[in-house]
Amino acid sequence: MKNWLKIIAVFLLFYVHTAGLLFDVPRLNILNETIRALYFHVPMWFGMVTLFSISVYYSIVYLRNPTAENDRKAVENANVGLVFGILGMLTGMLWANYAWGSFWHGDPKQNGAAIALLVYLAYFILRGSVENEEQKARLSAVYNIFAFAAMIPLIFIIPRLTSSLHPGSGGNPGFNMYDLDNRMRMVFYPAVIGWILIGIWIVSLRVKMRTLEDKIHDIEDEKIH
Amino acid sequence: MKKFISSLLSLILALASLSAYAQTGATDVPMADGLRAEGKIYVVVAIILIVLAGLITYLFTMDRKVKKLKNLLADKNHRTK
Repeated sequence: MKNWLKIIAVFLLFYVHTAGLLFDVPRLNILNETIRALYFHVPMWFGMVTLFSISVYYSIVYLRNPTAENDRKAVENANVGLVFGILGMLTGMLWANYAWGSFWHGDPKQNGAAIALLVYLAYFILRGSVENEEQKARLSAVYNIFAFAAMIPLIFIIPRLTSSLHPGSGGNPGFNMYDLDNRMRMVFYPAVIGWILIGIWIVSLRVKMRTLEDKIHDIEDEKIH
Repeated sequence: MKKFISSLLSLILALASLSAYAQTGATDVPMADGLRAEGKIYVVVAIILIVLAGLITYLFTMDRKVKKLKNLLADKNHRTK
């Protein structure tokens, strides 16, 4: 990852963590100050979906051109994406406790997100259960496409079809109706971009580490033969 | 770096004053106005920024370390061949 992108990501996050707490937000009952959680909770999901998209892209590329590098990129994007998803889930649960009344509300959006995370956890279980490296990479690349195809309706479509308390679902509009004056967008969009960049940065680090690991294994294999 | 930080701070403050200017809305909804009036909210912001700065610095050092390891391995590999 380019250094200037890292600097932009850091700048955006510093801005978001300052502005997210200091800038004005709409005064709404029930939500009150917790509306600020939007700046920190939703970018986690944006980060997750972005990284999972990059991951499925490299899985498709792997199936066409099976190189270790493509496999590494697919795995590490899914890996960091899952971390973002878990953080999104935890922050959402905490917020739900105060906005909806309980940590687990059984809301379609919550359930859908939980199933999507489990589907992605199964991706890593699948990888862990195959010994042969090439078989592991090919099987998990195919599974990754299915996982992505399951995640999109689970998070974005099904919650919209039923009744849901979550904004943006079940006939509820997103936060658009609250931030007509664009005050929140000025913090929210930088937050999304900042966290996505941080995610890509961590992925690039993990890909490098995995490459080194593979190289060390190759050297060891050469010594044995 | 100092120049960078001061320009960053001035930009944030400019944006903050802009948003304060646009203050509207019903005051009957309870918000943490007291925390803001006392200025103690800045303590919270400062603490969060310290944590963020620490984690980002850590990320940068990890970045450097991985790069170093990569060079080290390439170097060793080159010598043994």
